[in-house]
Amino acid sequence: MKQFTTCVRALALSCLLLGAGAGAAAAADYPFGLLMVGPANDHGWSQAHFEAGQVMEKTLPGAKMLYIDKVNPADRQGITVPMLVDDLVSKGAKLIIANSDDMKDGVREAAQMHPEVKFIHVSGDDALTGKAGANLSNLMGRMEYGKMMAGFVAAMTSQTGKIAYLGPLVNAETRRLAASAYLGAHYAWTKVLKKPEAELKFKVSWIGFWFNIPGVTSDPTLVTGSFFDSGHDVVISGIDTTEALVVAGQRRKEGKAVWAIPYDYRDACSAAPDACLGVPYFNWIPGYTKMIGEAIEGKWQQQFLWLGPNWAAINDLQTTSVGFMPGKALSADNEKALGEFQKALAGGLNLFTGPLYFQDGTPFLSAGIVATDEQVWDLTQLLKGMEGASK
Amino acid sequence: MPSSPPEPPVNRQTHNRPMSPSAARHHLGSLAKFLVIALLALGTVSLLLLALGISPATIAITLAKGSILSWQKFGHVLSIFSPLLLASCGLLFTFRAGLWNIGVEGQVVLGAIAATALLRQGSLGLPPGLVLCAAMLLAFVGGGLWGALAGWLKHRGGVNEIFGGLGLNFVAQGLILWLILGPWKRAGIASMSGTDMFARELWMYTPPGWRVAPAALALALAALLLSALLLLSTRFGLRVRAVGLNPLAAPLFAINPARTALAAMILGGGLAGLAGGLQVAAVYHRLLPPISSGYGYLALLVVMLANSRVSPVAPICLFFAALAAGAIQLPIALQLDSALSGVIQGSCVLSALFVHGWRQRLREAR
Repeated sequence: MKQFTTCVRALALSCLLLGAGAGAAAAADYPFGLLMVGPANDHGWSQAHFEAGQVMEKTLPGAKMLYIDKVNPADRQGITVPMLVDDLVSKGAKLIIANSDDMKDGVREAAQMHPEVKFIHVSGDDALTGKAGANLSNLMGRMEYGKMMAGFVAAMTSQTGKIAYLGPLVNAETRRLAASAYLGAHYAWTKVLKKPEAELKFKVSWIGFWFNIPGVTSDPTLVTGSFFDSGHDVVISGIDTTEALVVAGQRRKEGKAVWAIPYDYRDACSAAPDACLGVPYFNWIPGYTKMIGEAIEGKWQQQFLWLGPNWAAINDLQTTSVGFMPGKALSADNEKALGEFQKALAGGLNLFTGPLYFQDGTPFLSAGIVATDEQVWDLTQLLKGMEGASK
Repeated sequence: MPSSPPEPPVNRQTHNRPMSPSAARHHLGSLAKFLVIALLALGTVSLLLLALGISPATIAITLAKGSILSWQKFGHVLSIFSPLLLASCGLLFTFRAGLWNIGVEGQVVLGAIAATALLRQGSLGLPPGLVLCAAMLLAFVGGGLWGALAGWLKHRGGVNEIFGGLGLNFVAQGLILWLILGPWKRAGIASMSGTDMFARELWMYTPPGWRVAPAALALALAALLLSALLLLSTRFGLRVRAVGLNPLAAPLFAINPARTALAAMILGGGLAGLAGGLQVAAVYHRLLPPISSGYGYLALLVVMLANSRVSPVAPICLFFAALAAGAIQLPIALQLDSALSGVIQGSCVLSALFVHGWRQRLREAR
């Protein structure tokens, strides 16, 4: 009998514990998954996502992040995006963020396999083109503005008039970002410095992926070095990692007057502050807050969000989706000029205004015509005045 | 002329004879050896983990949870197991013929390229099943030709198969990059993300809820059975082993070592090519630069660990596939780098090589 009561007591206690556990889980549970293409500490694209995810854990009720970084077939051999989504879903994830263009096919497939789970594909456009089901949305920042500012300070600072763009792979996104940098540089060179257009050189080299994969991509360290060797004195990085800035920092220590502009992440300049003119960065907090917040409240709807800067406070992390953090190497005069440029952009200056020509000489926009969002998003070629492959 | 490298480990015992007392003793010996290897590997890894302040039990549970404790996850394991088993079967032929076929990686890649050449054309109005069969056949031919090339370089050019194979791996990697960034790139896009996806009907069929294409698994298991049959109970298998054991004496028994070795390279390359075919048709549905997933190199470890014997290959492949699939749990659950699974694999192989070498010395000392 005593044994029996002990058993009952034990059973009751375990039920209680189990119940308590389940209750706690129900009260505070909105696990979401984050698949990052690069390392979570890359000082670039992936880290910006990772830190925004950490903020969500603090600000959204019940939100809890599950994450996997280095999600690409070179780093995780034999592992596919649908496999990882299976894993995250089996751990309870109700919403999954995939942060790379490279995951486009995998996310679409995973979204079909898990119709009950919500997906945010960053930088893609499946929600726009109708290739995705209702559980897949897209999110992106209007980095065109950030790249225009990068191009602007590059041209203001350059002594040789030769600016280089370290590009990742070639697609519509990278073409429009490289073109935006060129337009910013062109504006500074011709409108602010009032120098002849022909004296501005803008060269784009693509390494093949968002970051260095030894033996597969071109090595960004070597490419940056060859930019500097061939007389370019400012390198604007379009890749997810900081090689361009690191090389510029080394060259400066050797006494060369060179600069670089990293990309993606607010603190990217810290890799070599003395060579850094500034960094255009993504801030995913507003986009994540809106999309995950709506999902938690049961108000999810498929959307294509392309969020811009908060012009009133371009570096306010609560409200701006795209920012520009001036670097230590940016002179006070040029920082002032940048401020003027930002004011002009806020006031409606649109550099994607005709007359503009494609690289092969065909007309893109005739005089006075402003590009539509679609024309910018789907930019089919680099622009006239830029040197480098368009496809 | 580089000095000739050590011979691949060829098991010098005969297997397909009736169980005699000595055979029984031998089987007991294998079991003991297996236990010693397992304990040694386990001990090494556990010590390493403890030194890093990580509990080995937690790692074991995490890996198991991520690999075998649900049908879905076991499906992931099988999707890795199938190509790995094919590449390993291919290596059985070459290793037993005394050839270090390092070129297996390139043979996997060439198989993938050959299959893609067909699959990217769409179904061409033919039944998808037929197109997929033809693609697999092409994959076999692609890998086989690449293997034959290494074999030809050895016998006609005097290039050791290790160096020839390594060189051909680099050529294969160059070729796949050129195709993906050049003639086969997506419209307007040049990216390491690979070619366009194949038409949906040309994805090897995976039933709902499954994570592995049954045809892929069947192909791999059929290849294992056929390899076992060929190697263990045919004249060809005997010739392969004779050449592997003693290429100089083989001609005395009217065996042409060059021709036998070439046949082994072709068959081995073909099976590795099939692994590449599965990678594009069943796993990625497109061609991408790391298409081999390193399974060629991993298969080298499998066959070394198996000491070139047929029977342990499938279980070892399954174990390695479970490690690879389960390793994804390490960053998710424990925030550990999944490269740890590579450390476990490496420890197993090193332990095995150590035990094999140690026994060899004991035997020689006797």
